[in-house]
Amino acid sequence: MVASFCRRVLLGFLFFSVHSFLFPSAALAQENPYFVAYDHYLEEPGNLEIEYFSTFGTQRGGNDFHAYWIEFEYGATAWWTTEFYLDGQTTFNDSTVFTGFRWENRFRPLNREHFINPVFYVEYENKNGADKILKEVEGHDVESDFLVSNAEARKEHIHEIELKLILSSTVKGWNFTENTLAAKNLSNSPWEFGYALGASRPLALKASANRCTLCPQNFVAGVEMYGGLGDRHSFGLHDTSQYLAPLLGWNLPSGWTLRVSPGFGLNDNSHRFLVRWGVSREISGFGSMVSRLFGGRK
Amino acid sequence: MKAIATALAVCTSFLAASVVLAQSQKSEKPPDTVAPKYDPAIYSELQKAPEKARNRTNPLQNDPEAVAAGAILFEQHCAECHGSSAQGGKKAPSLHAAEVQCATPGAIFWILTNGVVRKGMPVWSKLPEPQRWQLVRYIKSLGGPVPAVESPAPKP
Repeated sequence: MVASFCRRVLLGFLFFSVHSFLFPSAALAQENPYFVAYDHYLEEPGNLEIEYFSTFGTQRGGNDFHAYWIEFEYGATAWWTTEFYLDGQTTFNDSTVFTGFRWENRFRPLNREHFINPVFYVEYENKNGADKILKEVEGHDVESDFLVSNAEARKEHIHEIELKLILSSTVKGWNFTENTLAAKNLSNSPWEFGYALGASRPLALKASANRCTLCPQNFVAGVEMYGGLGDRHSFGLHDTSQYLAPLLGWNLPSGWTLRVSPGFGLNDNSHRFLVRWGVSREISGFGSMVSRLFGGRK
Repeated sequence: MKAIATALAVCTSFLAASVVLAQSQKSEKPPDTVAPKYDPAIYSELQKAPEKARNRTNPLQNDPEAVAAGAILFEQHCAECHGSSAQGGKKAPSLHAAEVQCATPGAIFWILTNGVVRKGMPVWSKLPEPQRWQLVRYIKSLGGPVPAVESPAPKP
């Protein structure tokens, strides 16, 4: 167990060392602290954000788990952001498994800022049944789904299309966002639905005239609530899991963002307690760097 | 144990090399003072600001710290595209241009808030309103065009 933990810490260290070597220039990220909800802000064009997230979850009647994912988020244009995810998990007293990948795209249809700003979200997921990252909760997803052993769960292959309508507003420094989700397993399963709501605000609205790491404007606090809404045959809150999670994000001037969020299950179908944390770094000018590598304009 | 020591050594070398590389990139970078040419039509976006937005006054007009704070925000969020001295870059025009310097604070604030999404400028409403006004103060403090750097005379 200790050796496995050391190996993972070393891998993480190696990942960020290589990353720092390859991408020495970073931009200050101004990220909201959400883990599940999305706001309407897309990645700046040409920037790449590399993110690592973890979810630790308690499991009644089974083994607790630690699920994690790495996310590569690229601003293709000012109105289109594309992301690639790699997911895995460790179930204590069971095993560590790679659970699949996801490709996500977000599109901003309107040119200007409005009171409510829509963003369309389309995602393809290729994962197995052992996936536990809880990046979204949909349909009748419940805690007892995770009681199956990894060896058994990974035999199930899931190809899923997920659509979201993101509606987000920013008023007096507060961001409010509402995400509605519809997901379809491409095998013969019905459409499943879910939602996520979020609100967040920086601790200070004015920037300091001095460079600082611990200034209140670098911290963003918030809360998110998410859960399933059943499926096409049984829409509603019956047999669904629901969560409420306070959030804290810290945007460091060096381009790193740290996030942490304890989450609480709101009904008997939910995991009682989730702890999420994440670290990300935004690399400015990544697109130009790649373009130069392939002989693009200097 | 040997494998762990090797991995640690590799990581440390990568980190050290990245620090050296970052420093050398900073020191080798020539001063970007020659502004790239831009189609003046790009500045016409400022004219699209509605009259009500154009007429807004900067609530931080008399804040003595607004320009300094705006300069830091500019470096963190805008310099990548507009250049470190706002002289313009490959992706975005100079902010020293008369069109920008003569625009009202309200018009610049409106562009920051709404972006020019189809032409590559993202919306910056994710920065709280006071920070956008601090940026406006900094942009308005830039003044006219940056003089081009004269190339050094050839050695005899």
